[in-house]
Amino acid sequence: MNHPTKPRERSASRGILALSQGPRKSVKTALSARSIAAEVRDPEMPMLTLEDLGVLRDVRQSGRDVVVTITPTYSGCPAMATMRDDLVHRLGDAGYAARVEIALSPAWSTDWITERGREALRAHGVSAPGPAPRSGGPIPLTLMPTARAVTCPQCGSQRTELTSEYGATACKALYRCTDCLEPFEHVKEI
Amino acid sequence: MSHATPDPNDEHGSVYDGLLAHDAPGDTSQWAFGTDFEDPLAGVDTTVPADLDPAELAAYCLALGDDALVLSHRLSEWCSNAPDLEEDIALSNIALDLLGQARLLLARAAAADPAVVPVLPEGSPVPVEDALAFFREAMDFRNVRLVEVANGDFAQTIARLLLFATVRLAAFERLAGHSDPVLAAIAAKGVKELTYHRDYAGRWFLTLARGTEESRRRLLAGLATIWLLYDELRTAYDAGPDVDVVLDQVLAVSGVERPEVAPMAGRGHTEALSRMLAEMQVVARAHPRGLW
Repeated sequence: MNHPTKPRERSASRGILALSQGPRKSVKTALSARSIAAEVRDPEMPMLTLEDLGVLRDVRQSGRDVVVTITPTYSGCPAMATMRDDLVHRLGDAGYAARVEIALSPAWSTDWITERGREALRAHGVSAPGPAPRSGGPIPLTLMPTARAVTCPQCGSQRTELTSEYGATACKALYRCTDCLEPFEHVKEI
Repeated sequence: MSHATPDPNDEHGSVYDGLLAHDAPGDTSQWAFGTDFEDPLAGVDTTVPADLDPAELAAYCLALGDDALVLSHRLSEWCSNAPDLEEDIALSNIALDLLGQARLLLARAAAADPAVVPVLPEGSPVPVEDALAFFREAMDFRNVRLVEVANGDFAQTIARLLLFATVRLAAFERLAGHSDPVLAAIAAKGVKELTYHRDYAGRWFLTLARGTEESRRRLLAGLATIWLLYDELRTAYDAGPDVDVVLDQVLAVSGVERPEVAPMAGRGHTEALSRMLAEMQVVARAHPRGLW
């Protein structure tokens, strides 16, 4: 499996799908389709809308036809099919013929979770992610438990310990509060 | 007119509702064995850039995809068998990440060069990436042998994962700048996942090496076994000194020397791959038109 091609320089402008908002004349109706799409919820973390999760990348509308662009959180995210079906059905119920497309670039980051989303996570006992690591140069190996300032969403204590970097969904780590002793989940930074 | 999918936040809803509510007239059943029901590259421009050879790009994506697919299956064999619940969940999550990478890479290979996809009967419901996963023979898989051999014990599984994640992460960091924007995007996304995989394996490697006499004995034995296939992995991923820096860091803090074993001779595959594929593919092959 040798490289058949030479890698080229990173290009900031390279993106598979642009995040355009569509032509100006359709803004009014596009907002309507967008507002419907924005309210569809994540099937695995239903306290979050797709917009709050940051996976809703674009809603383009032409008459009754709507193209929604979403991006996967993780490559193997099993919720994509449900998100797609929910978008098609919700928009269909509002009279739109919707199609869902995928954007792989730029890759989703937990930095895209909105402040409203972070509050919803905390309100449901899930710790919100800190800032995602910035990549510049080779990615450092971390042999000690990931250093995070995680606050217990149950009692507010900052004395928490990592149980596992992997949890019930791809995007969450398991933590435990050493004060109230409750286990909780933390959306891990990517 | 469709009926609304129940709100998953509602007590009557579940994550499966989306799979049950189909509004197309007539038969709305789907291919029964895939992980998803739509093109994972829907809407993505899969035009191969002019400076690339489509067949070479497809072959390269197949190799990267097959490595992920085969190791994903091996890791998933730990599901319900791991030493404790946390590791069971961790290994399954890593398997899921790799399965996602495999799906995207196999789909990218098929879009670049449709000739790589096995021909199935007219009207087959099998998507291209599943045709590649379930309907190729072992000799057509392009994965390295390191990912296909049996898991061994937990220590050997960790040793393999450390070598694989270290080499693949370094390669994906480079591939994020590949001139095929689809491969570059898959790699950039994979980098984030592989970073967690490498850290996970590195921590367990250190823990087992500095743990009990028995855990260290098992780790050294597992590392020596998997090291036979490390050279092939390095070559396949064009691994450079950056890989050695990371690996030597883990070995040094763990007090472990590089095993002195000669690379396993030969090429192609071991018998382990045929056995694994027999299990992985049997249901899809028994019901190639399986719908639900």
